[in-house]
Amino acid sequence: MSTLVHDPVVTAPPEGLWTLAWRQLRRNRLAMICLTILCVYTATWLYAEGVYWNAKLRGITPGYKVSHYEIRNQSPTSSHPIGTNFAGRDNLAQLIQGTRIAFEIGLLTSIIVIPLGFVLGALAGYFGGKLDSVIVYLFSVVASVPDILLIMSITYVTRTAVERNAAMQSVTRYIDAGLLAICVGMGFTGWVGLCRIIRGEYLKHRERQYVLAARALGVGHGAIMFRHIMPNVAHLIIINFSLRFPGLILTEVVLSYLGIGIASEPSWGTIINDAKQRLWLGNWWELAGATIAMFFLVLALNLFGDALRDALDPKLRTAEAKTA
Amino acid sequence: MAAYIIRRLLSIIPITVGVMLITIFVFRVVGGNQAYRIAGKNATPARIAQISHDRGYDKPLFLNFHDFPQHLFDAQFPQLCGNLLRFDFGKSIATKQRVSTMLREGALPSLCVTTPLFFIELFLGVGLALLAAYYRNTWIDRGLVLLSVMGMSVSSLVYIMLAQYWLASEWRLFPVWGFESPRYIVLPVLVGVIAGVGGELRFYRTVMLDEMYQEYVRTARAKGVSSQAILFNHVLRNALIPILTNVIVAIPFLYTGALLLENFFGIPGLGRLTVMALFNFDDDVVFATTFIGSILFVLFNALTDIAYTWADPRIRIK
Repeated sequence: MSTLVHDPVVTAPPEGLWTLAWRQLRRNRLAMICLTILCVYTATWLYAEGVYWNAKLRGITPGYKVSHYEIRNQSPTSSHPIGTNFAGRDNLAQLIQGTRIAFEIGLLTSIIVIPLGFVLGALAGYFGGKLDSVIVYLFSVVASVPDILLIMSITYVTRTAVERNAAMQSVTRYIDAGLLAICVGMGFTGWVGLCRIIRGEYLKHRERQYVLAARALGVGHGAIMFRHIMPNVAHLIIINFSLRFPGLILTEVVLSYLGIGIASEPSWGTIINDAKQRLWLGNWWELAGATIAMFFLVLALNLFGDALRDALDPKLRTAEAKTA
Repeated sequence: MAAYIIRRLLSIIPITVGVMLITIFVFRVVGGNQAYRIAGKNATPARIAQISHDRGYDKPLFLNFHDFPQHLFDAQFPQLCGNLLRFDFGKSIATKQRVSTMLREGALPSLCVTTPLFFIELFLGVGLALLAAYYRNTWIDRGLVLLSVMGMSVSSLVYIMLAQYWLASEWRLFPVWGFESPRYIVLPVLVGVIAGVGGELRFYRTVMLDEMYQEYVRTARAKGVSSQAILFNHVLRNALIPILTNVIVAIPFLYTGALLLENFFGIPGLGRLTVMALFNFDDDVVFATTFIGSILFVLFNALTDIAYTWADPRIRIK
């Protein structure tokens, strides 16, 4: 009897979803390379935040915004590895700040997308009936407007509204008005995908035995939804985020290029927009730098997102997982 | 069946009303009074009041309760819906043209770009996906997948710039900007295909591989059917259903035009019209394009559902 109790196989806690997923990811060499790249980008982002907030809180102009007109449009040198831009600012420092903007967009948009998509999806799937019809109607309507059109309109309108509103000044002192508008635009269009997935999952889970058991024990609806079912579907949020993030970065570039994006900070979109005008002067490194910086982040996110989906949700796994 | 089709087509109405509600909410509620924007920064209050009155911005949004029963629907939203139902899209602020004329003139240039783009992308996407599925798990398949992910990771703006710089400006193969002869279409279509085919390939490949691991494929193989015959006769025909969905749903976007490509290559189509209207706060134009775009989208979605029952006898609607 005692041997059974002390048998390490029996007493070891069961392996959770995350342990199993991590083990599978570890075996995937491509995913680990992507994860390393993502870590490098995250470190760059944190460094850029440091530079930005250090200058902001001390009330000084940050280094990447100081103009040096005597060294404008320089070719790459040892002190400026990818040259300087039209105002003599170091392009590398601009790109590093661009990383910050990209991550901030990902985070701020998710602050809108995740609660909205998750709560609406959970309510629709769990309660069903009239509430479900209303929420399904809501996301069908949003999905019926051409995506980029809706993002552009919301962004454009929000930005002018934010700039004119006196109460928003205290917010825009810390966050660029254009950045805020982009996140609102992409947030209020991007929740549909998450909402659909979560709704589908809740539809399935509400019929499961453990939910029935919880209800029989008198657990309230809120507790069942968020304490019992949510841990079983929470990984979908992460998968959805990692697959949505690259799209956000690419959309930001387009919006900033069209002139409805970020105004006073160096995002990758504004850098590309600016570099285009100097392509004709033969300054290709500025455009190349921004493109490469974006390329590796988006590529790593795309590939890692796929690997993460396969590791966390074997049901979703298609035959695709066997190669890429 | 007939009842289903009618019900499906009727569902267009609430969705369209919803789309108009969103549009009016974004432009009239969040956007505030646009008379300020139209009048410019040196306008007098009288001029702003004049514009507000002319364009109906001073009316209530949904229902008018001044002298109650007569003018109940004399408000912004009911009037907008009424106008759209009569296909009266009003006049543009910027060009002073009728919006319906602008839409008619913009449709042809848009279709000139989007139609070839659509078909080339479709055939290239499906063809490459077949190739990848046939040679699955070999270097051909892996190379194609990696290439498509890499292609998707570059901003489409960069493709446009490089094409305009190298192909058009340096090597003078194509005109950079404008819409005068068929030669002007080549470059936007080329860029569109390069930027879009990666996503298509990945989608179609997943669809085909999903079919590839079905039981019926194993049965066919056990019977000794050749790999090619399995791919073309069994897999492709079953994969047609998701492909069909993807294709039909994309058709409305042929009309709304390629927003980016039209702007960068100076094609006077509907995509450019929409972007311009957005910048000029030309809300009649934006309402019209959104209205038509979403009606087409919902209509084609309904058609897809109906096409399902035709393409796949397994699907029977209750």
